[in-house]
Order: sequence, then structure tokens, then C-alpha cells
Amino acid sequence: MDASRRGFLTIAGLSLVGAAGGSTLIAAIGEPGTAVESLPAEPPGGGRRLAMVIDLRKFGHDGELVERCIRACHRAHNVPDFGADRKNEIKWIWAEDFESTFRDEEFRYLRRDLQGKPTLLLCNHCDNPPCTRVCPTKATWRRPADGIVMMDWHRCIGCRYCIVACPYGSRSFNWTDPRPHLESPQADFPTRTRGVVEKCTFCEELLARGGQPACVEACADDEIVFGDLNDPGSKVRRLLAEHLAIRRQPGLGTRPEVYYIVEDPRTLAETAPAAVVPGAAENDHV
Amino acid sequence: MFEKALSGGRRYWAWMVSLLVVIGVGAACWYWQLSEGLTITGLSRDVVWGFYIAQFTFLVGVAASAVMVVLPYYLHDYRAFGKITILGELLAIAAVIMCMLFIFVDMGMPARILNIFLHPTPSSMMFWDAVALGGYLLLNIVISRVTLGAERRGDPPPAWITPVIVLSIPWAISIHTVTAFLYAGLAARPFWLTAIMAPRFLASAFASGPALLILLALVVRRVSDFDPGRQAIRALATIVTYAMVANVFFVAVELYTALYSGIPEHVSHFAYLFMGLDGEATLAPWMWASAVLAVVALVLLLNPGSRSSETSLVVACVAVFASLWIDKGLGMVVAGFVPSPLGRVVHYSPTAPELAIGLGIWAAGLLVVTGLFKIALEVRGHLRRP
Repeated sequence: MDASRRGFLTIAGLSLVGAAGGSTLIAAIGEPGTAVESLPAEPPGGGRRLAMVIDLRKFGHDGELVERCIRACHRAHNVPDFGADRKNEIKWIWAEDFESTFRDEEFRYLRRDLQGKPTLLLCNHCDNPPCTRVCPTKATWRRPADGIVMMDWHRCIGCRYCIVACPYGSRSFNWTDPRPHLESPQADFPTRTRGVVEKCTFCEELLARGGQPACVEACADDEIVFGDLNDPGSKVRRLLAEHLAIRRQPGLGTRPEVYYIVEDPRTLAETAPAAVVPGAAENDHV
Repeated sequence: MFEKALSGGRRYWAWMVSLLVVIGVGAACWYWQLSEGLTITGLSRDVVWGFYIAQFTFLVGVAASAVMVVLPYYLHDYRAFGKITILGELLAIAAVIMCMLFIFVDMGMPARILNIFLHPTPSSMMFWDAVALGGYLLLNIVISRVTLGAERRGDPPPAWITPVIVLSIPWAISIHTVTAFLYAGLAARPFWLTAIMAPRFLASAFASGPALLILLALVVRRVSDFDPGRQAIRALATIVTYAMVANVFFVAVELYTALYSGIPEHVSHFAYLFMGLDGEATLAPWMWASAVLAVVALVLLLNPGSRSSETSLVVACVAVFASLWIDKGLGMVVAGFVPSPLGRVVHYSPTAPELAIGLGIWAAGLLVVTGLFKIALEVRGHLRRP
């Protein structure tokens, strides 16, 4: 074999190895993230894509329903109550006014019924979650079968990188032992120890038993609707097809799966059964 | 060789014991933190990383800066660095150990730290940082041990160590690049979402590390027969000057992009740092001090007269080190969290136990550096018999 041919073969071989290594590395590093072109027309097929639609038209300004949802969730999941102690606070679902929830929208002359409206916030169970990507121990991950972003409290090392990476403030860290701060510990759900991160899991333990998330159960009239976006006949798909719904910071490419219907409550008259209208309208118009 | 760190005069032991006392106080506070949780720190739901992670970030730079003596000496055969190169490598060892300790005390579940290697996750920059730092520590231990050992026997260093030394050069760059990537790839934190972060980290590292090395070399000269040589100090001062100029330039580039574009989520963090937001201005005096120190340092360094005078060089080095410590060891990390993604401005300042733990780790670093320098100087016969 003459020298130049050997040289060529060496280079070709090395290039092949390099290309294979490179693509493996890229695959290992993971989906780069935000390219709009990569957005599938339909949510990724195969499994389910669980999502939540919060129908803000049906929430009042008094925060009563919001409080009921938070209580139901935090009680079911042994989330400690630190009262006014903001430093140690743990929350899986909580309320902010509408303007802070959608802070990047910079609403100026906001429709009156939305001004200061208590709005529920929780983990968005992103399709492209930045929190799972940064976890150094795979203690948090997106479940491919249904898109739920899960947590393993026995593996978490408490580095809090996931909290840093989450643009939604959805994760909490146990700065201190949470157990003394539980009002009524539930035996059917684990408590946590100090030093680990926790967050909403879309009540995967209730879903496994055929139930609905606790916050959804706390609602009386489809104020929060939960379901599978991959099922074209699902209630969530129908609501999204028929109403204007927004998500928090979609521009970051995280593909959040919690939607907020922001239409005028008066549209309830046209879309909902007649019986619901008067109560809802009274509640929502301030 | 290690036994050389265990014998010494009265002054040596007085120094080591006082460091041990500071370490002891830090360890006691860490035990307290272990039993109470990180609630004893100033950290909170909104500011989740603070003093510990900031010290870690700053010290990665000090560790990486060894490359500034290793590269000229080994790649360019710059003989003037002959005496000081080993000090740079030993300083890197101490700095990496401090980095690891700062990460360790920041963990909520330190007993599970090995999960990083039991469940390796290539998508996480923290995993790569652990790999990079561990590898860099190993490289520097091997290199300094082998070269010093050969020197003690009066042999030239073995040939196989040369590629290891060459590998340590890009490796040093990588530890600080990966540390910058820890921050710079997060869509949630616009303050850190900047391509200049890794270059800026490197520039500030190559200024602060050699500045510290100059100061340490001058201290060593006072307590021993060791003389780094005028030329070595001069060359290091030149390196500090270029690196500091580059660093200030990178900061200016950063400020321009944020302030001229005027995008609120980019401007607000700088406003918090230098002016304060909603009455929360804890860091503002520190940041202005950092800026003033940077200017003082540049004036002293750029002027050839004051750069070559040892007294003003010492002042300049202290100013460089302090300015960059404030910038990276206080401001950079905390400002990423304030205001929070929900627009909240939260106060953070380290608590007394948090500072005591941090001080303990700094003392541990000084202890390691003293012991290692002592070994190196003994091997070279620079220590007067007690």
C-alpha cells in the first residue's frame, strides 16, 4: 500500500470514528432545546401527553377556589406549612396575581376581570424540561409514557441545580426538616427529609389508581381540566381547540403543559351549559 | 516526602495550629448545618445558591490559573518560571480541594454525593464539572509529585510526564469553561445567559490567580531562602496586567449588551448589583468597591514604573484579587437570582455560621498550600535549619 493511500485511509477512518463519537456525544448531551423547527405538529406520539387547562373564566377574585385547590394538594402530599416564613416555604401549587404569573407579557391596560386575579401556578410538566437536563444524578426525569416530570427523593443530592434551571419557580427545597410542620400527616403518601427538592407530580400516585389530580378533584365545575393531549377527543384538547389559552413563558422553548384560558368570562354564556352561567358571571365580574 | 510537612519551627506550627483552630470552628458549624439543614444559611426559596457556590466559582479560577506558569515554562521553555512553576501547581491542588469542599458543604444530602458518579448524567454540566475538577486534581498531584521526586533524587523528570503536563494545559482551561457553562446555559436566568461568561471567567482567573501567586511567592521569600527571581515576578505581573485588561474589557462588553439593548430582564440584574432594586441594595457598595479596586489595579499595572516597583505591585495584586473576589465570589452568583423569575427581589446575605464554614474551608486551603509549599522548599533546600 503506498503512503498516500494509507494516509487517506487513516484520515477516513479517523473521520468515521470522530463522526460516530461526535453524534454519540451530541445524543448523550441531549436535545439542544429551543429550535422552533423541531416542534412536532402534534405532541410526540405513542404514549399519553398529560396536560392541564386552568379555566380562568371560572375562577373568582376572592381566591376561595384557589385556596381550596392548594389545601387539597398540600394535604394529600404532606407539604409542610411554614406560615409566614417565606425562607423555608415549600409549595407544590400556589397563587400569584395574574400579572405576576404572566410577567413577561407586561400587560398595561389589562381587561378588568383579570387585574390582580389570583392565578394558580404549579409545575408545568414541560415537554422539554430544563430541570431534568441539569440534574447530575437523574433524580428528576420526564416520564416518556405520559410526560410527567418525576422526582426521586431518595436519589436527590440536594444540589438545587434543578431549582436554578426552572424558569417557573415550581420547585422547592427542604431547607429544614419538614415533618414537624405537617398539620395532619397522611399515611398513604411519603414525607420528605431535609436536604431534598420536591414539586408537583401531577398526582401520579392518584392517576395510577385511576383518579384525577387533587386540585382537579377540589373543583366542582371543570375550573381545572386534566387529560391527554394525544387523545383528540379529550376534554383538554376540545377546550384548547375552542378557546384562547396561554402558557407561561413559552418563548423559552420549554413547552409547558399547563394552559390558562384567558377569554372574557362572558363567553361562558355561549359555551357552557346555561345552568352554570349566572353564578360564574357574578363571581368573575368585579 | 510528606514527612517534610510534619516538621518545622515554632512559627510554622503556630501558623498551622491557628489555621486548624479556624478549620475546627468551621467544622463545628458544618456539623450544626448537617443536623439543622441549610436553613441556618442565608439562602432561601428564591436565592438557592449563595456564598458557598460563589466561593467555589472563584476558586476554580485560581486553580485554573496554574496554566499561566505551566504553559510558558513547559511549552515555551521559559526558564524564569523554573522556580515558581511548582508553586503554581501546588496552589492549584489547594484551590481544587477548596472547590470540592465548597460544593460538598452546599449539598443538601452530602452523604449521597457519589450519586453523581453512580448515575452519571452527561446532560448535566455539574457532572462534567465533577469530572473536570477531579481529573485536574489528579493531574496536578501526579505532576508535582513526579517532578519534585525526580528533583529530590537529582534526576531529570521522566519522559512520560511531559504529555501529562501538556494535557494539564487544556484541562485547566476546561475546568473554568465547564464552570461557566454551569451558569451560562440556563434559559431561566437571563443574567448568566451570555456567551462571554466563559471567556470572562478565564480572563478574571488569569488575573486573580497569578496575582495571588505573586503575593504568595513574596511571602515565601520572606520566610525562607527561596527567591522566585525578579524576572519571574515581572513576567507574572505582565500576565496579570493583560488578563485584567481583558477582564475589564469583557465586563464592558457585557454591560453594553445588557444596557444598550435595554431588555428589562437583562438590565434589572445589573441595576440590582450596582444601584439596588426596591430598596434592596446589599451588594451595591461591594460592587462599587470592586469597580474602584479594578481601576486602581489597572492604573498601577499599566504604568510600567509602578508595575516594576515591588511595593506598588503588591498593592496592585491585592486590588486585583479583592476586586475579582467581590465580582465572582459575591456578586455574580447572587445577582442571577435577584430579581427572581417571578420578579421578586429577595434579600440575601450569608449568616454567621455560613461565613464560619466558608472561612474554615479557606483556612483548610491555606493549610494545604502551606504544607505543600513547605515540602517543595525543603526538597529544594530553601529552608534554613531551625
